[in-house]
Amino acid sequence: MIFSFDLLINAIISGILIGGFYAAVTSGVSLSFGILDIVNIAHPAFIILGSYIAYIVNADLGFDPILTSIVMMPAFYLLGTAIYQVFYISFEKRGQESLRGLAFFFGLLFITEVSLVLYFGVDYRYVNAPYIGPTWHFGTVDVPLRIMVPCLVSLMLMAGLQLLLTRTFIGRAIMAVAQDQLALRLMSVDPIRIKRIAFGISIATASLAGAFLIIIQPVEPSVGRDYIGRIFAICVLGGMGSLPGTVIAAILVGVVESLTSTFYGPSWAPAVSFGFLLLTLAVRPAGLLGR
Amino acid sequence: MRTIPFFLISLAIAGLVFIAAFALDNDYYFFAGYVVLQYIVLSTAWNILGGYCGYVNFGTAAFFALGAYSTVTIYNLIGNNELPHVIPIPVLMLVGGVVSGIVGFGMGYLTLRLRGAFFSIATLALAVVLETLVVNWDFVGGSRGAFIIRPENMPVLGSYVRYLFLMMALLTVCSLTIARLIERSRLGYGFATIRDDELAAEASGVPTLRLKLIATTLSGALMGMAGAPYPYYIGYLQPDSTFALDYAVNAIAMPLIGGTTSWVGPLIGAVLLDSLQQIITVTISSAVNLLIVGCILVAFVIIAPNGILGLVHKYLQHRGDDFVGRRKVDPDAPGAATDVGAAPEAPS
Repeated sequence: MIFSFDLLINAIISGILIGGFYAAVTSGVSLSFGILDIVNIAHPAFIILGSYIAYIVNADLGFDPILTSIVMMPAFYLLGTAIYQVFYISFEKRGQESLRGLAFFFGLLFITEVSLVLYFGVDYRYVNAPYIGPTWHFGTVDVPLRIMVPCLVSLMLMAGLQLLLTRTFIGRAIMAVAQDQLALRLMSVDPIRIKRIAFGISIATASLAGAFLIIIQPVEPSVGRDYIGRIFAICVLGGMGSLPGTVIAAILVGVVESLTSTFYGPSWAPAVSFGFLLLTLAVRPAGLLGR
Repeated sequence: MRTIPFFLISLAIAGLVFIAAFALDNDYYFFAGYVVLQYIVLSTAWNILGGYCGYVNFGTAAFFALGAYSTVTIYNLIGNNELPHVIPIPVLMLVGGVVSGIVGFGMGYLTLRLRGAFFSIATLALAVVLETLVVNWDFVGGSRGAFIIRPENMPVLGSYVRYLFLMMALLTVCSLTIARLIERSRLGYGFATIRDDELAAEASGVPTLRLKLIATTLSGALMGMAGAPYPYYIGYLQPDSTFALDYAVNAIAMPLIGGTTSWVGPLIGAVLLDSLQQIITVTISSAVNLLIVGCILVAFVIIAPNGILGLVHKYLQHRGDDFVGRRKVDPDAPGAATDVGAAPEAPS
């Protein structure tokens, strides 16, 4: 392929936009895996669940998918706290989170996916919203609004989460629970309650991320699987639980994927995140902004 | 029981199963039985790393598909498809095993020095990446899939699927023997120390990384060997279904349902779960069947963390406790409490 400057600029811009979206997708795992040390590999399944809820409401009532997902966030939060409670009683308390806890989340991933397949089938679903069609043109640079809007809302979500973690009592307690549970207990804070809240928040972000996903691309139940490697690659690259690191890593992965699919073909893009993951684990396991 | 008698006895059992299926003279039994055997090998292989060492491998499909695609590669290399049965299945198994073993070693080398979760995540991503490679590699059919023409008949056995069944039965016997041998060797004790407390094991001089690499390589190789004959069984190999998550969930569910600490666990789990799946697939549908596997997996890890073996063990122990309790233990006697009472749960 002849090298084209326009193509390069466009690829980088769309990579940055997609990266903003990846940040939202990863934020939940940065909370659960990065901070709480819970390897929630079922996270993509909850994202897809969020996509389908946005789809149902959009198809039946014509509501905006992003607004729907914000309204649904408390429900996802409750789902998250319930799952954490089961996880805590069955695995964490018994000290079995490493083997059986992983199998538990894997089972959840599978159950959610197969239930969606049984109910909705494997057809691709999409939503309608005013910002899905149009594209802004700046000279040779195209900015499709369907990616621009999720990217902006996603960055707002990340900023909000960062403020929550650094400025509020609950947020600081969440950061503390990652470091020393016993110390937290000595401060008369229940670490299990804090972890439950944090896990609830992490699942709540999946609602929003699901809405972004179905705005950006049509969704079918197994789409989430492609995101598992990507999410964890970004989380590890960003430094496990550092939200600014997650944003930087997400944009980096987004840009490299976009360049790969522009210059080598889209079918190669899924390999990028795995390359990042292996490279990070081999060279710098602490990630970019590791604690 | 020593290893060689064990091997011979299980070989005899496999032979009896084969003769029984032969006597029924219905190829369906071979078709269904092949899948059961394949899952026994896969879950035993998974258990070598997962059950003995405590490291979760989500990439069963990746290793299995590596074996299957090695076979396709060899099949296409020979070319012209005129003499498709030139290569005997054991050779294909060996090649598939070597390829998967090497990939397993590489993955382990890069990720096993870190916390266990990283290895699990990397194996999960491995399946996606290998699928990307296969889809982009036209030589093995790309996303269109690859056809394998299998020979109609074998000289003595009759139909080709019987030959495949026999080969898979041999592999099953071998992998069960290997698993049992590991369990009772220094290697197995080393694995168990890693599972119970890796830090303490490392501190007492157990070469943990080397042991983990041995387990990953062996486990990957067995999965690859199980995958090698698969193209001949299925006839048409397609990336989507070969890399399906079904293999991973089954390979995890079967040992966890059966019990992970012994070679018997994966065997029980595979036979039970796969027979159930065959019945559900035939009577209800294959999607429901996967849903049920997922639910059984979650139910078992929550309610019966040590699987069926754990339940049996608990039942026997419980009966033993009652027996001892009635006859011997006097609560006032010194030391009785420490003998009978289970260790209190450590606070997290």
